[in-house]
Amino acid sequence: MKITSEEVRHVATLARLDLAQDEQERLAGELDRILEYMDKLNELDTDGVEPLSHAVDVVNVLRPDRVVNQPRTEDLLRNAPARDDDFLSVPKIIE
Amino acid sequence: MSYETVIGLEVHAQILTESKIFCGCSTRFGEAPNRNTCPVCMGFPGVLPVLNRKVVEHTIRTGLATHCAIARHSRWARKNYFYPDLPKGYQISQYELPLCTGGHVDVSVDGAAKRVRLTRIHMEEDAGKNIHDARGDHSLVDLNRAGVPLMEIVSEPDMRNPGEAGEYLRTLRSILEYLEVCDGNMEEGSFRCDANVSLREAGNEELGVKVEIKNLNSFKAVEKALEYEIRRQGQALSEGGAVVQETRLWDPDAEVTRSMRSKEHAHDYRYFPDPDLLPLEIDEEWVDEIRATLPELARERQNRFVEEYGLPAYDADIVTQRRDVAEYFEAAVKAHANPKAIANWLMGDLFRVLKERRLDAALRIESWPVAAADLARMVRLVDEGTISGKLAKTVFNEMMETGKGPDAIVKEKGLEQVSDTGALDAAVDEVLAACAAQVEEYRAGKEKVFGFLVGQVMKATRGKANPQMVNEILRGKLQG
Ligand SMILES: [Zn+2]
Repeated sequence: MKITSEEVRHVATLARLDLAQDEQERLAGELDRILEYMDKLNELDTDGVEPLSHAVDVVNVLRPDRVVNQPRTEDLLRNAPARDDDFLSVPKIIE
Repeated sequence: MSYETVIGLEVHAQILTESKIFCGCSTRFGEAPNRNTCPVCMGFPGVLPVLNRKVVEHTIRTGLATHCAIARHSRWARKNYFYPDLPKGYQISQYELPLCTGGHVDVSVDGAAKRVRLTRIHMEEDAGKNIHDARGDHSLVDLNRAGVPLMEIVSEPDMRNPGEAGEYLRTLRSILEYLEVCDGNMEEGSFRCDANVSLREAGNEELGVKVEIKNLNSFKAVEKALEYEIRRQGQALSEGGAVVQETRLWDPDAEVTRSMRSKEHAHDYRYFPDPDLLPLEIDEEWVDEIRATLPELARERQNRFVEEYGLPAYDADIVTQRRDVAEYFEAAVKAHANPKAIANWLMGDLFRVLKERRLDAALRIESWPVAAADLARMVRLVDEGTISGKLAKTVFNEMMETGKGPDAIVKEKGLEQVSDTGALDAAVDEVLAACAAQVEEYRAGKEKVFGFLVGQVMKATRGKANPQMVNEILRGKLQG
């Protein structure tokens, strides 16, 4: 096994996922097979091949520094689960 | 046991742009909550960020001015964590292949030269703002800042005391302002600092356990927090204890640092290249183009002011700390060539008045009521004897209040210096007649009564008499 249930639990916590015991075990197996496939890819000889940063062969996609958006706070806030005036409302943050 | 302090600083500087880093929303400060937002910076599903060209150019500009290597190939990464001010669940930042690496900032600490090396400068988006205390049962989120472009400037752990850290920050801020890539306003959060500090036994090469301090939003806070933290760690170590690696918050009211025990900030960000954004290829030509637009920086300008205008090094330092102030000074000197007098007015009265009006946090030259040409004109009026040095203060204050030119004020208030012999003669005669007793005393040998008599003439002329001429006329008449 490349990945332990412990690691699955850790990643789930970071991703805010609450996994039951059987889900943890199932995912450990699935993730394991994905990592095994990575090993398969590693068998390829990539000497002399430049590392790739992106699958699309395009660089420097840039826009000019211009404000083009009109304020539309109402529309945007209507999509929020909860609001308070013009703020988004979230469960109390305790620092 | 004696310890050596090791300090490294991370600065987050807001890049001066009209629009955000990945969308066309405004970056304006102080807008109504969530007014500067759109589906991109609010993290709606299915949107695509597109990079602002100016963000790249300003970061290259900064890298060049701080002697960094500019990467030929650079890319974006996702830094994953959950917090309500981060709508996407990740921050778009740079991890591997940042835009600028290496480099240094030369600072002067009590006259001694000190070089602080830079690790890297990378680009990233800012998060929004949470408000915790306004409501009892929930918190509020304003995403106007989310997606505002930042440069993170990371130094090597090269500083050895809080004073060096303070000087490094001042110098760095001045460089950013001269480059016009950041307005340097700490109160509005456009120039923020986190500090890493550790202690090690003197002579030891290995670094000690470091503590990160956050919430340092003024130069004073940085120096005070470092002093406190050095004391705290020194005490822990000398009592045989250990320093825990952690993040601490500076509490400016209590003047202590406090441990943040939040699991939210567990450093497990699982960075990976952002598939929404394409990489950057920076060619030599682009870099050269930007290099050609680099301005003269504070240090060079300070030296030039000493040589060209004969300013004392101290004055030149103060006048050049900000680019707009230095340019104001030069414009005034061009209008009237008395650099020392103009520097004095700048350093004394202008700075004092601006401080009183609380504009000093970001001395904004565009909001100064006194134009450079008007200040120069006023100094010229003094130099030519049209107004006395004393009344110049009255004129200056009036200029600050009303924004009027000095000539208009002098005329309106009738402040021209009286240098007309006939008029002064008459004024002196009047005073001598009214102060017969004092004249007697003077003639009996009480020399210091002379000053009193000069004062009376000045009073009679409402300060407008040319004091040198009053002296001469009075002395002549008393001896006669
Ligand atoms: Zn936006």
